[in-house]
Amino acid sequence: MRNETIQLPEAAFIPVGLSLSGAENISRPSITFWADVRRRLLKNKVAMLGLWLILLMTLLAVLAPIVSPFSYSYQDLAIINQGPSAAHWFGTDSLGRDIWVRVWVGARVSLAVGIFGSVIPSLIGIIIGGVSGYFGGKIDMLIMRLIDIVMCIPGMIYVILIMLYVGSGPVAIVLAFALTGWMGTARSVRGLVLQLKEREFVLASRTLGASHLRLIFDHLVPNTLGIVVVSMTMGVPSAIFQEAYLSFIGLGIAPPIPSWGQLANAGVAVFRVFPSQLFIPAILISLTMLSFNLFGDGLRDALDPRLRM
Amino acid sequence: MGKYIVRRLVISVLTLWLLATASFFLLRVLPGNPFQTEKLLTVEMQQKMIHYYGLDQPMLTQYITYMGNLLHGDMGYSMKFTNRTVNSIITSGFPVSASLGLRSLAVALPIGLFLGILSARKRGKALDYLAVLISVIGVSIPSFIMGTFLQYIFAVQLKILPIAQWKGEAYAVLPTAALALALLASLTRVMRASMLEVTTQDYVKTARAKGLGEGRVVFFHQIRNALVPIVTMLGPMVASVLMGTFVIEKIFAIPGLGQHFVNSITGLDYTVTLGLTIFYGAFLVAANFLVDIAYGLVDPRIRIAK
Repeated sequence: MRNETIQLPEAAFIPVGLSLSGAENISRPSITFWADVRRRLLKNKVAMLGLWLILLMTLLAVLAPIVSPFSYSYQDLAIINQGPSAAHWFGTDSLGRDIWVRVWVGARVSLAVGIFGSVIPSLIGIIIGGVSGYFGGKIDMLIMRLIDIVMCIPGMIYVILIMLYVGSGPVAIVLAFALTGWMGTARSVRGLVLQLKEREFVLASRTLGASHLRLIFDHLVPNTLGIVVVSMTMGVPSAIFQEAYLSFIGLGIAPPIPSWGQLANAGVAVFRVFPSQLFIPAILISLTMLSFNLFGDGLRDALDPRLRM
Repeated sequence: MGKYIVRRLVISVLTLWLLATASFFLLRVLPGNPFQTEKLLTVEMQQKMIHYYGLDQPMLTQYITYMGNLLHGDMGYSMKFTNRTVNSIITSGFPVSASLGLRSLAVALPIGLFLGILSARKRGKALDYLAVLISVIGVSIPSFIMGTFLQYIFAVQLKILPIAQWKGEAYAVLPTAALALALLASLTRVMRASMLEVTTQDYVKTARAKGLGEGRVVFFHQIRNALVPIVTMLGPMVASVLMGTFVIEKIFAIPGLGQHFVNSITGLDYTVTLGLTIFYGAFLVAANFLVDIAYGLVDPRIRIAK
């Protein structure tokens, strides 16, 4: 065995040098949590399909009634119950009104009720849940027992009673949803805040003299937004459904303002003879709910940290 | 466990009292009176009716009388149907609503659970996508729309099933299907998510490592644990379904409680609205109570924690 090693001249080595700052350099731009969520959401084709459908419907709801020559309440008794034609794309109803325009004016009402009817209760829930979780003790106990009790009662009964009291119309419906829909969000925000408030970043901020308000709304609540956003998205189809349901049994939006539920209700009266008058609003309600459900599912998958592994 | 049951009972009674009180006063502050809509009644006659039903007494007196009667199980007379008590409306309407509800639950529960389990077991396969598609569509189509679609297809076009009313087995098929689809969809969704979560748990790995057969692992370790969220949602679901979905009853002209509830609200029939609200509330509270006890049976960990 030859005991000869390869001789390398010392000059062949160049010291690289040890640089602490170099080792700590971040070579790529860091991705924030929300940027990461957005990236994953954009990759989810089904969720994006939902989003595009929602945007398309919103666009049509805004533009279609403006562009169309007909008004949603103009009656022309000479052309009642017509099928779809070049002039009236979705036909006319039993009073000779243009269904295409009525459907998109109805979309404004239904989408607005759906979105506000989900966002406003969630905001109330965030505030109550945040305060309840942060302060704990007696306030928390009181609020949680109240929620326990109120949640036992079927929400629809309350909504109906409140609607009877404040009157029918989009604002009344949103108000009724706001008063009855905040409990679920409040509960989950409170649960998360209870966990989060013991964390170091809260302690650090408190040491620096942050006020209660600042701690709750700048530090704790933003960390619960993930689940809140998902439940808000999922709340939109259920608000749209509840509005349709109420209008369908004649307790929701009162004529002449159309909403999808009300159009479907009117369609049921004539659906054995003119099925399209029922099917058009019915398909739109279902399609909108489907889009929000698909988007909400995608959002939840994008936000759920367990899927990131 | 005993202490827990007592605490839950107290909360339940409190809930019902609050519901009855809130609904009582909410209804009475509404403008108008129950006799206004009947054109044949003059203002004088209306006053007489109002006096007859005691609606002119102070609110608090009425409230105390009502609550006193309620404790004896007497919910008063309807103000619209002559000589009908609220109790008789409930005894005639509830069996119909309950029978429709039980039918649809009996259809939806096994299919929903089966689809959920199957879909979780075959995650990412064609079968999974099919189950997810069914459940998303089922959740997205409101039951009243599903109901009218079914009527249109099977009664108007194919003419193989009766379109409405409640006169026998054949009449139950369409409303049951319309109600069951919505239930089935949400059951499938929850069961799938719950099964997927359970599958990654350590005790499932342990069970496999011990060499248990796949069937045993799935049935005794996964499904049993995955059922907990189902039990949670089953309480309110059973209650709302047994009470009859108003809209389905309206579409199919089924003489259940839902119809009475809606009509009593639009006609300001105080006693009927109030009676049905309390009956429904009591049903829901009882269902939630049973669910909490059932928890302990499904999951011993919860029993110990309480």
